[in-house]
Formats: sequence, C-alpha cells, structure tokens
Amino acid sequence: MNTSTRSQFLRGVRDLLPILLGVMPFGLIYGIAAVNAGIPPLQAFLMSSVVFSGSAQFAATQLIANGALATVVIFSIIVVNLRHVMYSATISPHFKGMTIGWKTFLSYLLTDEAFAMTVTRFNEEPEMPHKNWYFLGAGMALWVTWQASTAVGVFAGGQVPANWSLDFTIALTFLALSVPSIRDRSTAVAAVVGGVAAVLLRGMPFQLGLVTAAILGIAAGYGVDRWTR
Amino acid sequence: MDSLNLWLILILGGLGTYLLRLSFILIFQHFKMPDFMERILRLVPPAVFSAIVLPELLVCDGSVQFSVTNLRLIAGLLAAVIALKTRNVLVTIASGMVILWLLQYLVPIFIR
Repeated sequence: MNTSTRSQFLRGVRDLLPILLGVMPFGLIYGIAAVNAGIPPLQAFLMSSVVFSGSAQFAATQLIANGALATVVIFSIIVVNLRHVMYSATISPHFKGMTIGWKTFLSYLLTDEAFAMTVTRFNEEPEMPHKNWYFLGAGMALWVTWQASTAVGVFAGGQVPANWSLDFTIALTFLALSVPSIRDRSTAVAAVVGGVAAVLLRGMPFQLGLVTAAILGIAAGYGVDRWTR
Repeated sequence: MDSLNLWLILILGGLGTYLLRLSFILIFQHFKMPDFMERILRLVPPAVFSAIVLPELLVCDGSVQFSVTNLRLIAGLLAAVIALKTRNVLVTIASGMVILWLLQYLVPIFIR
C-alpha cells in the first residue's frame, strides 16, 4: 500500500461511515433474532461472514424458526440475493482492468450498502484512481461492522425474554425493505400476488409455500410488465 | 434443525450468494445482461419480501386472523404507513416494535 492507494482506501472507509450507523442496529437485531430462532450461536455468527447478506440472513432465520427444509432455506437465500446479479452487472465496468484476484475478493464484499455508495461515487468521478482500494475500504468498513454487531447480538440474544416479541423485527425489516421496491404497476402486482399466495399456500410442507408464492408473484408481475409495455 | 443441515445452509447459501456477486464481475464479464432478465430481477424483491411479511402479519396459530385483536396486523399496517412516509428501515423497525409493545400493554386493559 503506498500513499495514494492508502488515501483511496481511507476515503472509501470515510464515505461509508454514515451508513454504518444504520448497519449496526441491524446486525444486532439479526444476532438476537437468530439465537431466539434456535440457531446455535456459532452458526448464527458464522452466517454473517459466510453469507454476509442481512436480508438473506433474516429470511433464513425466519424459515429455520418455522421448521423449513434445508433445501428450501438455501433456495430462499439465493432467491433473496438474486438482486446481487444486478449489482454485479452495474459495477462491473468500474472493475475492468483489475486482476482476477482483486475481482474475486471485491465480489465477496459486494453488498447493498457498499454497492449503492461506491457506484454513486464512481459515476460522479469516472476517472477516480485506485477504484479497487476505494471499494476495499468501503467494503471492509461494512464487513467489520457487520461481524462485530452480529457478535454482540448473538451474545445478547440469549438474555432477551420471549415476551418482548423480538421475532416481529424480522417481519418489520422486510416490510421496510418491500416498500421502496414497489415502484410501478408490475412491481405492485408482484408484491400483492406474492403476499396473498404466501398466505393461501402457508399449509404447504417445509415452508415450500414461500418459494412457490414468490415465483407466482414474479410471474404475475412479468405478465403485467409484458401486457402493459 | 440439526447441525448438519445448518452447516449445509451456511456453505451452500454462502457459496450461492458469492457466485451471484461474482456473476457479471468475473464469470460473465464480457456479456451484457439480456433485457428480459433485467425485467425479471427487479420483480424479485417485492414478490419475495411481501411473501415473507404478509403471512407473519395475517396468520396467527395457523389461521388467518383479519380482526382488530390481531395486534401484529395493526402494528404492521401502521409500520407500513411509517415506511411509506420515512423510507427508513430503522425508523420503521423501531416504531413498529414500540407500537406492538404499546398494543400488547394497552389492549388487555380495555378488552377483558
């Protein structure tokens, strides 16, 4: 690391700092919810570094608590994380010219927050030097915060009484995430069909209803999209 | 859930997520995403998130409870309004929890 790469790394860290305020409580809540869902502390903690994706970790926690089949949990993690394909495609032009080693490692750090912040900066300043170090700074700042806050949550989770209804935080998290994702008619139809189908199909074994309902919602939204185009 | 299944979820869920992140950065870096794929991908978050939320709010002990005594439904609807107004995840979670706690404390006093 020389002076200019170090300054780009530190700039990435600094630019991500305000976002960390929002990430910390989120990691804390995940840790508490995971332990309360019956996931052993070790696996609950490791999920944060292996999967490293808040919304997928919340979805997995919810499904495990409801007794889902492991295949369904894995499939749901992947469906919830499909949006990363869009991030990957969007940020890819800025990673052009990096070595395979950099691309391999920086991909691991591609999260909602790091993506949103860095891509905005890269677009404002297309000729920014050492984009790899900048992204590394932003990604590592988020990574360290996520691991630390999850660890605290996992540790605290065992001490929280059940009548605090903290499991409700999972539903609230997805509620808050779903609102900005509804932007037009097709996304609204996807949400309504997906939600109603999930209620109707809740009796399906191993939580298969969730995956089926999501696919129905996506299909209905796509139908509307094609119809109105 | 037993420990073997949890490890499977960790490893395969983590690997799958990583490959999705790597997809257009490395694996398909020389390809442009087809238009229909882009259109499908933007429908994933609303469909999945609402499929997770709605049963949590409406279903109580296995049956649909569409009534004012379903406190989670009321707290959830109020939180949805807050989410629409503020567009802030943390504010939504915090206010939704406070509303639920208030309802859990107050409703048993008025309904006996």
